[in-house]
Parts: sequence; C-alpha cells; structure tokens
Amino acid sequence: MSSKPITEPKDRRPHTERRVTNGSGVGPFDADTLLSDRSTQIIVCCGSGGVGKTTTAAALALRAAEQGRTVCVLTIDPARRLAQSMGLVELDNTPRPVRGIDTSAGGSLDAMMLDMKTTFDEVVEAHASPEKAAEILANPFYVALSSSFAGTQEYMAMEKLGQLHGEGRWDLIIVDTPPSRSALDFLDAPERLSSLLDGKFIKLLLAPARGPARLLTAGFGLVTAALNKILGARVLTDMQTFIAAFDTLFGGFRQRAEATFALLQDRGTAFLVVAVPEPAAMREAAYFVERLAADDMPLSAVVVNRVHDQNAAAMSAVDAESAAGRLAGGTKVQQQTGELLAVHAERMKLADRENYLRQRFVAAHKNVQVVPVPALDTDVHDLDALRKIGGFLSSPEREPRAKS
Amino acid sequence: MANSTPLHVVTGKGGTGKTTVAAALALALAGEGRNVLLCEVEGRQGISQLFDVPPLPYEERRIATSDSGGHVYALAVDAEAALLEYLQMYYRLGRAGRALDRFGVIDFATTIAPGVRDVLLTGKIYEAARRRKGDKSSPFVYDAIVLDAPPTGRITRFLGVNDDVAGLAKMGPIKTQSESIMTMMRGPQTAVHLVTVLEEMPVQETLDGIAELTSEQIPVGHVVVNLVRPNLLSESTVAALQSKKLTAAAVGPVLDQVGLPATAAEMLVADGFGHIARQDLQDEQLQIIAGCGQPKVELPLLSENIDIGALQELATLLAPLVGDIK
Repeated sequence: MSSKPITEPKDRRPHTERRVTNGSGVGPFDADTLLSDRSTQIIVCCGSGGVGKTTTAAALALRAAEQGRTVCVLTIDPARRLAQSMGLVELDNTPRPVRGIDTSAGGSLDAMMLDMKTTFDEVVEAHASPEKAAEILANPFYVALSSSFAGTQEYMAMEKLGQLHGEGRWDLIIVDTPPSRSALDFLDAPERLSSLLDGKFIKLLLAPARGPARLLTAGFGLVTAALNKILGARVLTDMQTFIAAFDTLFGGFRQRAEATFALLQDRGTAFLVVAVPEPAAMREAAYFVERLAADDMPLSAVVVNRVHDQNAAAMSAVDAESAAGRLAGGTKVQQQTGELLAVHAERMKLADRENYLRQRFVAAHKNVQVVPVPALDTDVHDLDALRKIGGFLSSPEREPRAKS
Repeated sequence: MANSTPLHVVTGKGGTGKTTVAAALALALAGEGRNVLLCEVEGRQGISQLFDVPPLPYEERRIATSDSGGHVYALAVDAEAALLEYLQMYYRLGRAGRALDRFGVIDFATTIAPGVRDVLLTGKIYEAARRRKGDKSSPFVYDAIVLDAPPTGRITRFLGVNDDVAGLAKMGPIKTQSESIMTMMRGPQTAVHLVTVLEEMPVQETLDGIAELTSEQIPVGHVVVNLVRPNLLSESTVAALQSKKLTAAAVGPVLDQVGLPATAAEMLVADGFGHIARQDLQDEQLQIIAGCGQPKVELPLLSENIDIGALQELATLLAPLVGDIK
C-alpha cells in the first residue's frame, strides 16, 4: 500500500468542549460516563484484526441498552463474530432486536451486520430512476465492485452508519470497523471517493459519453489505446457505461460520505481504539491513535483486551519458579504445589511482558487513556460474558485481578 | 517439469501470528544453498519488524541466512509499483505508463477499480514464481516462495480474484494472464497453510476457510496451530484440585516451608483451576481441528519476544509443511 499523505479535513472544527472522557488527567476511563452521557450518539471501535473489536462493541452496546439507552450495534466484519457473541444465528442487513437483554431501564438493543452488496443495491435503487438502476445493477463492473472487492466495504459502512443515524430510531449507534489495514480506509473512504470523482481519469472516461470531444487530448488517446491493449476493448466500454450510469449517483454518494465524515468529527462521536497486549497490535493501536488525532477525530480511550494480569505484585515469576524447583521431588502435596507455582510463574511471565508493552505505550502516549480488559478463561459468546466485559470497561467494577 | 516454483501461502485470522509462521516457514524452506522469497502484500511491514531490518522497499533483498546456510529474501509487494512495473515489462509502456500515472489511472486502478489491487499483488507473485535464471530450461531463481497472505476471511477471494477478472475481461492479455494465474493457484505447486490459535472463533474461521478454498479447488496444506500453551499440571494434580483434596488449606503450609506467603495459596488454587479450564478449551479445539481431515502442526507459545533465534526454533517444527509441495 502506498503511503498517502494524510489529508486534512477541509472544514477543521476545533473541539472547544470536550467530554471528560476525552483528553488527559481526568481520572480513569469509565464506559458508564461515556454511555450515560446522552450527547454520545456514535461510538466507533477500531483496531487491527483479531483484537476483539466486535466483542468490545457488543459489550458496550449491551451495557448501554441495559442502562436505558436505545442502541443499535452495527458490525462490518464478515466473520459474523458479533452474531456468534450475541447468540444470534443470522444477522442480515436490517437491525434485529437482541433477545435476552434486561429492558427494565427502558432501553433496547438492535444488532445488524453490514451486507455490502444489499446496501449498495439499495443506494442505487433509491437514487436512480428504475431504468437507470436496472442498467447499473446489471453492469459487470457494478456486480464486481459491489460484491467482492476490497474498499467497497468501507464506503458502504460509512453509508450505512449515515443511514442509521439519519433514521433517528436510536439514540446511540455503536460501530465495529473492518479489520486490519482497511480500518483506516474507513476514515479515508469519503476523501478517496472525493478525490476519485475529482480525478481527471473519471472526467476523461465520462467525456465521450457527454459528447464534445474537446477533452480527447493526445494524452488521453494514448491512455485509451493502452487500456484497450491491456484490458481488451470490451472492458473499457463496460467501464465507461458503468461510470456514465453512475455519474448521477456519485454526487449524492460524495455528499453523504462527507456528511458522515463530519459526523465522526462531531462531539457526539467517540472513538475507541481496541488492541491486545502484543507488539504488532500495540503498534497498530499507536498508528490509529496518531491517525485519529491528525484527522481531529475524538478519541476516548485505548481498550487493551485479553490482559492476563493487572496486578502482578502478588508473587513474582522468579519467586514462584525457584520455589517450584525446590519442591520438585518432595511429598505429593509439595509436588502438586510446585506444579501450581509453575502455572503461576507462567502467568506472571506473560503478565510481565504484557505490562511492559502497555507501559511503553502509555509512556509514548501520555494523553491517552488505556483501559485494560482481563482475559476470560473461556471464549466470549453469550450475553453474560458480554456483561462481564462491559463491567470491566466501567472502572467501578474493574476486577483487581485477572485469570490466566 | 513444473511451470513455477513451489508457492506456500500462509493465511490466518488476525492476531494468530501468520507473519511469524510465514517467516519461520521461509527459514525452514531455506535449506543449504537454497533461495527463498518471503512476500508480504498488505503494506504492514511485518517482515521487516520481525527480522529487525529497515522497512522493505519494493525490491527483493536478502534479510536472513538460515541455520543450514540457505538465504531468505524479502519483498513487500506494492500494488502501484507493481502496476507500473507490469506495464513496462509486458507492454513496454514507458511513455504511456507515465501518462496513465498523470491522468490518475494508476491511483484509480489501485484504489477503487474492481479487484485490480489484488490482481496486481497476485500477478507479482506469479511473476516471481515463474522467474528463471536463464532460458526456459534453466532453474527457477527462487527454490520456493512464501506469501504472507491476507487473513483467512479474505484469502479465497484474494487468491481467486483472477477468476473474477477473467470473467470481466472477455478477451485480451489480461484474461489470458488471469487464467494462467488461476492455473498456478490451483496447481500442485501451491499449498495454502492456515494459522490458527486454540480459540473457538479462529478455529471456526479456519474450518470455513478450508471449505471455501476446497470448493474453489485451491490446494490446502497444513493447519498450523500457533501459540499452544503447555500443560503444566499432572493428572493427579488435576484430580486433586477437582476433588477438592488440593485446597488452599493444603497448599498454604507448603508455601510457608519454602518462604512464600501462605496467603497466596488461594490465588494458586484459582490459577490451577484457570489452567484446567484453558487446557480443556485447547483440547476441545484440537479435537475439532483433528476432525477437519487436514494435517496439522503445533507451535508452542514462546515466552520471550520473537527474534531470529525463536524463528529458527519454529522453523524446525514447521518442517512437515515443506513436504506439502513435492
């Protein structure tokens, strides 16, 4: 991937009023403060793949709903992890109520998984005349673009977030972003779409369809000749038809994408960067934190999932290991205690390494809140486990000690 | 004689350590006098970080020598550079190539045009896999290629992208090349290895990945079970904990004997139960993997950070993967 310069948002609005959960030196992060603040309308969970973004998003959504908010959680991950962790068999492109939640506080929880093709089709159908829509939907380029290719997911995620927010049915929307590198594309989507549409190439491709051939410079002749040579003439024709048909839609796409981008910079939005205490994931987290700052996106905290211990003072790995050595070959209960000490030493070593990584991160990002979430002994795939995670995200319930 | 050198594709859910496994596999393949190319395609610079070398440019450079004296070369494939190189190589489009760039075509092609990015990335791998030292009868430049590929959820689409393109382009050189790439991906010189950890979701994704690859007729190699945590408790200790014979009351005095605080006994017993739960979870997932019919290797969780020594250690354990391509 090329490193594109980070583009500054055109309309840079400084945050004059920040929530207490943003920024530094205001005590530890507490998810409840964020969730109970009615001005929080959108929470975006981003981070690299496999760090538990979906779990974090689902846990926060469940907690907010049980505290009385009307919540929708949108997952963009194709692995249907949210469905699994919420005990749902199937999620489609429509928000569906999650069963089994405590509604005594008057809240509700809907969950949906982004189906990018359906979302794309719906946008086309909503904004083009029936004939034009039919033409677009049948175009081979559209079929490929809307169903299988990288990048589309991010555009559609932005589109869906804008739609859900626009519907006004929920007072809090929690979004889980696509994994890994493409999570950045989530932020880049509007900018890239805009630059694409302003691009000379598109204008040139559209030019023949628009009639006057004054744009057909020698350079473009060379370009089309080259493309025809490489792709075969039919491909270029298909592409031109597609872009021409899409031209009318592009404007709307771009406007909405820019509106969503502005929404993300708004005070009502909070970003959580999710990581695990491993070198690669922490590096990615640092990258996200810097990127969000550069784009003036409001970061609330960095959530570090699957932490093996937050309180390593109990008994050090060295002490446990040396005692285990001395107990080997003793009586039965001594040997058994020795084994338990070995288990403890292993946990402490892991904890030490994780603590080191977290401390390095904190040292490099002093203004960022870091929230550790202990590893559970078993996988998170039901509401009770999600409630537990939600508890860890809220400081009063954070457990003093994690399990291995 | 094969048309291309062996291609080992390493995929896995995010966080399972696929870059580490790909690097260790490259070392395993780099036997005496052998040259192995290790490629990454996601722009993460994971390889340079792992080998502790400066970020890789779009250029093949040697980054390590294996225990047995082979060499590992690394390449970070960049779609835009690959496109310009491709245009130059196949069409000698020096001037037109630059014109394409000026008109934003390169940007368009690599960021939004359907699948072009993946086509370019796989195209570059294809080129490297077929490159020979001299004429058509000479040996391949690389004795093997290891691809640190996109994650399991995307792998079939990534490797199969050329099928889609062959469908879009009804004729012309792109179609021809796309078809050749698919022939290589489905051929006996390719094996896709899936890295997982012993947790429910990564294992499920691995099984889904195997099913998808199989239905696309892309050859599957090994399942690499990474970060396996050793069992530290004997059967008798497990039984004693579960039957409540080994309690904090029994452990406390022993701790006292070795000068540790007896108050830690409860924590140790809880640690023991946590360990049992985790081992049970691991065993359960190992059973599921065993049921998928694919050969597997296990790699231990290393307590130190991964360095070249650790990679060599893992390379030894990955030896069975080398035999997936004859």
